[in-house]
Amino acid sequence: MNIPFFRKKNNGGDGNGIAISMDNITKVYDTGKIKVDALKGIDLSVKNGEFVAIVGPSGSGKSTLMNIIGCLDKSTDGKYELSGELVSGFDKERLADIRNRKIGFVFQNFNLLPQITALDNIEMPMIFGRVPSSERKQKARELLAKMGLSDKEAAKPTELSGGQTQRVAIARALAMDPKVLLADEPTGNLDSTSGSDILSVFSELNDQGSTIIVVTHDMALARRANRIIEIRDGRIVSDQKTN
Amino acid sequence: MTREEVKIILTLFFSAAFLRKKRAVLTIAAIAWGTVAILLLLAFGEGLQNRLLTARKGMGENISVVWPGQTSEAYKGLKEGKQIIFRVDDIAFLRERLPEFEGIVGEMTNWGTTLSYGKKTITAFVTGANWQYGDIRNQIPDKGGRFINPQDEEERKRVIFIGYERAEELFGKEDPVGKEVLLNGTPYTVIGILKKKLQMGNYSGPDSYRSVIPLSTFVSQYGRQELDNLVLKVGDPKTMEGGLVRLKQTLGGKCGFNPEDTKALHIWDTVNSSKYMVNFTRGLNIFLGIIGVLTLLVGGTGIANIMYAVVKEKTKEIGILMAIGARSRWITLPFMLQSLFYTLLGGAFGLLISSAIIFVISLIPTEGNEAIEFLGKPTLSVPIGIFTALVLGAIGLLAGHFPAKRAAQIEPAETLRYE
Ligand SMILES: Nc1ncnc2c1ncn2[C@@H]1O[C@H](COP(=O)(O)OP(=O)(O)OP(=O)(O)O)[C@@H](O)[C@H]1O
Ligand SMILES: [Mg+2]
Repeated sequence: MNIPFFRKKNNGGDGNGIAISMDNITKVYDTGKIKVDALKGIDLSVKNGEFVAIVGPSGSGKSTLMNIIGCLDKSTDGKYELSGELVSGFDKERLADIRNRKIGFVFQNFNLLPQITALDNIEMPMIFGRVPSSERKQKARELLAKMGLSDKEAAKPTELSGGQTQRVAIARALAMDPKVLLADEPTGNLDSTSGSDILSVFSELNDQGSTIIVVTHDMALARRANRIIEIRDGRIVSDQKTN
Repeated sequence: MTREEVKIILTLFFSAAFLRKKRAVLTIAAIAWGTVAILLLLAFGEGLQNRLLTARKGMGENISVVWPGQTSEAYKGLKEGKQIIFRVDDIAFLRERLPEFEGIVGEMTNWGTTLSYGKKTITAFVTGANWQYGDIRNQIPDKGGRFINPQDEEERKRVIFIGYERAEELFGKEDPVGKEVLLNGTPYTVIGILKKKLQMGNYSGPDSYRSVIPLSTFVSQYGRQELDNLVLKVGDPKTMEGGLVRLKQTLGGKCGFNPEDTKALHIWDTVNSSKYMVNFTRGLNIFLGIIGVLTLLVGGTGIANIMYAVVKEKTKEIGILMAIGARSRWITLPFMLQSLFYTLLGGAFGLLISSAIIFVISLIPTEGNEAIEFLGKPTLSVPIGIFTALVLGAIGLLAGHFPAKRAAQIEPAETLRYE
């Protein structure tokens, strides 16, 4: 079966097979009273199709880095190219477009819209991406089927279990065929069974060609990745291929 | 903005994520109340204005009343303090010399005339006037009657036209038309009764009590030649001022006074005094409008507060929408639309309620109810509607603008941080 949205897509300049390229990225949180140096110069390159796990102690800057990679936040300094586009200079509106077209974000606390159905949640990024309505519905259904949730189309997020909710969130993240799939502690709120379900989903997606970056405390998940990056105190302290 | 963007904004506007019903009801009620206030105030203002304008017209439109005075300066060998006199012949003279006036009539009034019908005798004032007086001074006969006509005047007929209040005094419930009354003992035929009218401002008594006979008849009845005053009418109110200048020059030449002498003639120019009244009612309407707008602003603050509450409550949802790629204006415009929607919905209710109130008021009989008679019928006009709609739209947009701006400033990374 050839599912079109799982095929590796070439969205114009793909930066020569490089998905992410960061050069001396820093982030300072300035709360007025105190300044926090959350990232102190990150150099990072991720190729298309890689499955990267980011690990490190609490407060080391993993989420900060993920937010910058996901264009949810801007770095204080440094250069960041996402599939060949220099996004570190983009304004709010262009970053919104980048988040829509190139990034799929999966959160620890799911962050689905609670008032609308699972299917509508998956459709939402496609609405923003101006995907025609019929195509949208079809694709949302296919993604739900892929996540094994065909029977939960009309369910509201509150009517789903944690694992099911996270799978809907993954479906939403995949809706626009993103360049990279980002997940910040995706199993953090799940029991170990649903957690390992989610891990399998990521492995499968990676096998089908998706570029994935996952932040985790869970070494079991980290070992599923083909590369593990460790962060301490805002710096990359190790970067290793697994097996 | 493309069609697709409009679709996105409408989708978000209608999506359950943004709507909030409970508190909206209260705020819509507040806007409706404000709309009722603004509409009723302006409708009453309009009614009052209409009433004042008709009342002003009750005495006649575009007219000036001119009385002879005393000169205050010597002129061409004549000493100051000379009494100016208008005579019956002056009417024809002025009509010939001053064609810019649509009509010129002379008027004499005698007080202390006795009028009797049957056993009833009363003392009243009686006016002699040219037949054109009917048109110029708005002496419209009630059904079945007429005003003095040219033939009456020509033939010095003993006919009399009576004001409705005076007629009631004299005849009670009886129909006076065709009956004979005795005027200082001389029989006169009643040809018409003045139709009820609203009159603001009068001289030598209100028209509702005035009895009018042909000027020629008056001259022979009382043996008078001197007019009390002239009444002049123009077609176009703008020509009144120039016409009056020419009148002073013409009369000055004829009667011997300096046209610049302000004491020689006393002039009541109703065109000029109407201007003051129009300004007064305009001022009143602006004042009422401001009060209405302020009332609506209170409602608008309510909408803004609701919208702020929605933004606060939906911060996380807004963050999610932003995280999956919503542009700022896709967030702000649904909020603006929502605010506009609440405001216009409240406005529509307000319009319905006001229309109902105004309809009910219109059912109250004005007859005998002096307050309503004076205030006039509240009227909802198109300009009032447009003005109110514009004010509502502006308030809706304003009430939505600031909360929407706050929504657009939400930082997705900040709001979605897991704690
Ligand atoms: N919005 C913020 N304002 C101020 N300081 C912040 C903000 N977000 C993060 N920080 C600080 O930046 C540092 C890195 O935080 P970050 O959330 O990236 O850590 P993390 O590695 O994701 O930790 P955890 O494993 O607990 O999620 C911490 O010291 C944190 O207190
Ligand atoms: Mg974190």
